[in-house]
Amino acid sequence: MAIKRLLIANRGEIAVRIIRAAKSMGIHTIQAHSEADADMLAVRQADEAVCIGPAQAVLSYLNVEAVVAAAKETKADAVHPGYGFMAENAGFVRALEEAGITFVGPSADTIDRMGDKVAARQAAEAAGVPVVPGSKGRLETVDDAVSVAADLGYPVMIKAAAGGGGKGIRIADTEADLRKMAPQAQAEAKAAFGDGGLYLERAIQLPRHIEVQIMGDGTDAVHYFERECSMQRRRQKVWEEAGAACLDEATRQHLCDTAVSLAKAVGYVGAGTLEYLYDSTTKEFFFIEMNTRIQVEHPVTEMLTGTDLVQEMIHVAGGGKLRQSQEDITRSGHAIEVRLNAEDPMMQFLPFPGQVSSLKLPEGDGIRFDHFLYEDYQVPPFYDSLLGKLIVHAEDRDAAIALMITALEGLEIGGLKTTKPLHLALAHDPAVRADDFHTQWLEPWLAAGNLKPTP
Amino acid sequence: MTQVLSPVPGTFYTQSAPGEPLYKQPGDAVAAGDTVGLIEVMKTFIDVKAETAGTFKSYLAEDGAAIGAGAPLAEIED
Repeated sequence: MAIKRLLIANRGEIAVRIIRAAKSMGIHTIQAHSEADADMLAVRQADEAVCIGPAQAVLSYLNVEAVVAAAKETKADAVHPGYGFMAENAGFVRALEEAGITFVGPSADTIDRMGDKVAARQAAEAAGVPVVPGSKGRLETVDDAVSVAADLGYPVMIKAAAGGGGKGIRIADTEADLRKMAPQAQAEAKAAFGDGGLYLERAIQLPRHIEVQIMGDGTDAVHYFERECSMQRRRQKVWEEAGAACLDEATRQHLCDTAVSLAKAVGYVGAGTLEYLYDSTTKEFFFIEMNTRIQVEHPVTEMLTGTDLVQEMIHVAGGGKLRQSQEDITRSGHAIEVRLNAEDPMMQFLPFPGQVSSLKLPEGDGIRFDHFLYEDYQVPPFYDSLLGKLIVHAEDRDAAIALMITALEGLEIGGLKTTKPLHLALAHDPAVRADDFHTQWLEPWLAAGNLKPTP
Repeated sequence: MTQVLSPVPGTFYTQSAPGEPLYKQPGDAVAAGDTVGLIEVMKTFIDVKAETAGTFKSYLAEDGAAIGAGAPLAEIED
């Protein structure tokens, strides 16, 4: 049944974004908020608002009982979780199902299955999505490891079968390396985990992060092409593009088609993203995980394809069928998004919450700013530092970078430190302009002092 | 008596993780630079360090409390 009353169980810019989509569909919006967020922009824009608890997220935005109770109390027929918080919490989805309330996203079972790395890898392999080549099971001897590595191809990553969290990982470039490192890794794994079993995986060095946007209605699924998100600091994306200029057309087609196969195979409902590592030297891509939610960087895909993805996910959650066939979905030009965080890039990105003393927003064709700011707004310190996302769209990548510089120069957020200087420096950097970077690029670039204070 | 003030707004913690011992107990010796608390600001954790040496008297903010910049967090006797 089509959704009529939607509770937004999130905050910040994504809450504003969801309200915009819901209102244009004629849906009544109810904004859930913590005590610290009573004056946030989404509360002001929603048709009604409901307090779900104290400032601390565990007591409010992460509190299953409080959010379900608020949804019942306000007679919401659906809940949009945004990203983060409870967007991928299967227990939350089950609690909503029991209360007869629709979750804007996939089923609890799909979230469980895709959230388990091994199960997700198996589902991907079964659907023909390439995964990082690795040994089938645990390896007991060095000779076993050498024989498996010969099939995988060097360099290989040596991991403890019982391990986790990166502990004891070694990279062997040659068979001689492997013969030397494998016994060390075995001894270390035995000492750390009481189990000397090893696991080998092809090492993808200096990979790019590429992801595919999909949308499903339970029977059919489509893709909205790919995004390039290799510009990362501490595994957090800072600059995202659609499409990925490094892909040739055949690779792009294969990548997107296999993503759709996986979405169809699991009967996916809603917006989802398949994340891949891409080796630009061999042009191979490998599935790493699936995110079962709308993502922060979804606007670049919206700008590239002209589709409102948030409206579309609300539509399918209400039982609707996909409104576009794959042939209807086309890409034009190039889009870039940068994340404006309340952090001081000159001070190791120290968070800098405070009061917005003035606000000047860039305007013009191809410029979009998704945010939750207004003058005199006090940014609370309790949540993440994302203030907004500046998105540009132009006829090609070079023009998009030029427009990003214009848009950044037209953006002024007074009273706060933001990551704007980082993005301006990146937009002027020769390697960025040449599309010559990967997931391990930004941190050494910062460490080398490439970001200089503006006089 | 010296008060330790919060350098940033956020959530204050008197221990490094739930179940861990308090950073300081009343009567503990404090050296300049000792960590006496932890503040979470925008999902980033910042150590709160004593600027002066002395004897720890008490915490002035509760574990898990929402605090503003400049809020008193602890007292140290000279």
